[in-house]
Amino acid sequence: MAILLPLAGVLVCFLWPRRAKPLGLVTALGVVVCVAGLGWQVVEQGAQRYAVGGWGAPLGIDLYADGLSLLMLMVTAVVGLGISVYSSGYFGRKTAAVFWPLWLFLWAALNALFLSADIFNLYVTLELLGLSAVALVALAGGADALTAAMRYLLVSLLGSLFYLLGVALLYHSFGSVDIVILAERVEPSPAVWAAVGLMSAGLLLKTAVFPLHFWLPPAHASAPAPVSAMLSALVVMASFYILLRLWLEIFPLNGAALGQLFGLLGAAAVLWGGIQALRQTRLKLLIAYSTVAQLGYLFLAFPLGTSFAWKGALYLLVSHALAKAAMFMAAGNILRFGGHDRIADLDRVAQRLPLTLTAFTLAGISSMGLPPSGGFTGKWMLLDAALYTGQWWWALTLILGGLLAAAYVFKVVGYAFTPAEVTHEASVVPARMEWTALLLALAAVLLGLFTPWPLALLDIGFPFGGGYAG
Amino acid sequence: MSHVFLYALAGVGLFTLGLYALIVHTHLLRNILAINVMGSGVFLVLVALAGRTPGASPDPVPHAMVITGIVVAISATALALALMLRVRAETGRARLPEEQLE
Repeated sequence: MAILLPLAGVLVCFLWPRRAKPLGLVTALGVVVCVAGLGWQVVEQGAQRYAVGGWGAPLGIDLYADGLSLLMLMVTAVVGLGISVYSSGYFGRKTAAVFWPLWLFLWAALNALFLSADIFNLYVTLELLGLSAVALVALAGGADALTAAMRYLLVSLLGSLFYLLGVALLYHSFGSVDIVILAERVEPSPAVWAAVGLMSAGLLLKTAVFPLHFWLPPAHASAPAPVSAMLSALVVMASFYILLRLWLEIFPLNGAALGQLFGLLGAAAVLWGGIQALRQTRLKLLIAYSTVAQLGYLFLAFPLGTSFAWKGALYLLVSHALAKAAMFMAAGNILRFGGHDRIADLDRVAQRLPLTLTAFTLAGISSMGLPPSGGFTGKWMLLDAALYTGQWWWALTLILGGLLAAAYVFKVVGYAFTPAEVTHEASVVPARMEWTALLLALAAVLLGLFTPWPLALLDIGFPFGGGYAG
Repeated sequence: MSHVFLYALAGVGLFTLGLYALIVHTHLLRNILAINVMGSGVFLVLVALAGRTPGASPDPVPHAMVITGIVVAISATALALALMLRVRAETGRARLPEEQLE
């Protein structure tokens, strides 16, 4: 249902483009209800498995929902609802007719991806996701957005092909693409190592891990604000999710040298992304580089490899999704309000868009990892795991990254409070655009206060291998 | 078995060739074609590896995957070509600007 409903929404929005907005909003609400229903089912009865068309595992397509996929679905639903409400105020009628089908399509692809039970299905959904995301970036028009979209498309296709070749090798070696069956059959061999390398390379490219992040800032910064929010918050989650599934369920690689390499890349991303963010003069580019840094944290969990570290990384991912969506929405409001997003000229936004600035600051608090935000909880868990396993250098990276984040958030806030000449006519920002940004940011901060529940969710049907219990 | 292996190797060869072309060329049409060549390479590997046991009829599942893959590749190519035309209309050149290394 969570997949079919947005797809139906796509069709309806295509057929009646003039009513796309109300139809899209209704679909968004419907999807949230569906996900909540599925959530209730999983919590009550444990992990769910559903064979589409009644064919079953080796031949047909299976859908599978456990705690991990449920958490992803729920984050997507919350942020997706926020984005839907925000966009209903953001787009004019003409763009809206194109935006809604594409956005619902992207949502359907995301839900399908989080529910897929085999690695080939993951490839198809990943590709669908990439195509709709590229089309959404191109929606902004103009040379910048179009070249960014083109580069994004080439990178995304390249990543998918690497992944697909890996799938081919795995299928050849073990005769199945189902994650559960593969997990039973896999044993180390040259073909498996080649597949691991290919799939990891493709997915790292798509997750934009340093030094493969070059395509992300222009694509995320030049898209329309709600699109930037969904790319930075949701789309990057998808490829990380696949990597996590492969790593934890199929390949028994905990603590291997490859994990150290991932951690090193992650650490480099944290520092490089932070420094680059600090150097930017445009608000949206700053936020995009901050995404690069935040993604880096996630990869610090790979060398640590304890279940505590994995949960910390996932917690960080969830709070990143909420906070980053709020940040990009706030940036969109400022852009709409003042007609530009040059950080140095953010004069007196504080007095004229208080809600937006509050949203940005709250989201910033979560990015820095100050308590009581969700970012703090995630980072603290990673920190704890790093010290527990005696790998203190990763802890150092975490702290340095937090300091950099504080520096670039305060840079923006500081300029916003500096009084300066008013040089432009301000245009009105709809109230709902301000409120959605604020509510998402609040959710990111409050996430830190409700830690046990999401963590308990992760335990459903998902054995986080190795290490001590969280 | 050996000729199956030959096909698979040819597939990997195509993949590498496409990757090389993608990196070397700057014209967008060439890049899109390179991606397509890479895709064909992957499909060839899949089809070749389907005949795993000599004599027995080949495994049908990879064929289904290749069909799906081709559908995906065609839609991706269509989107890429449309986007390329728009880029050309906006900037006058069908290539991406050089990476600005900050």
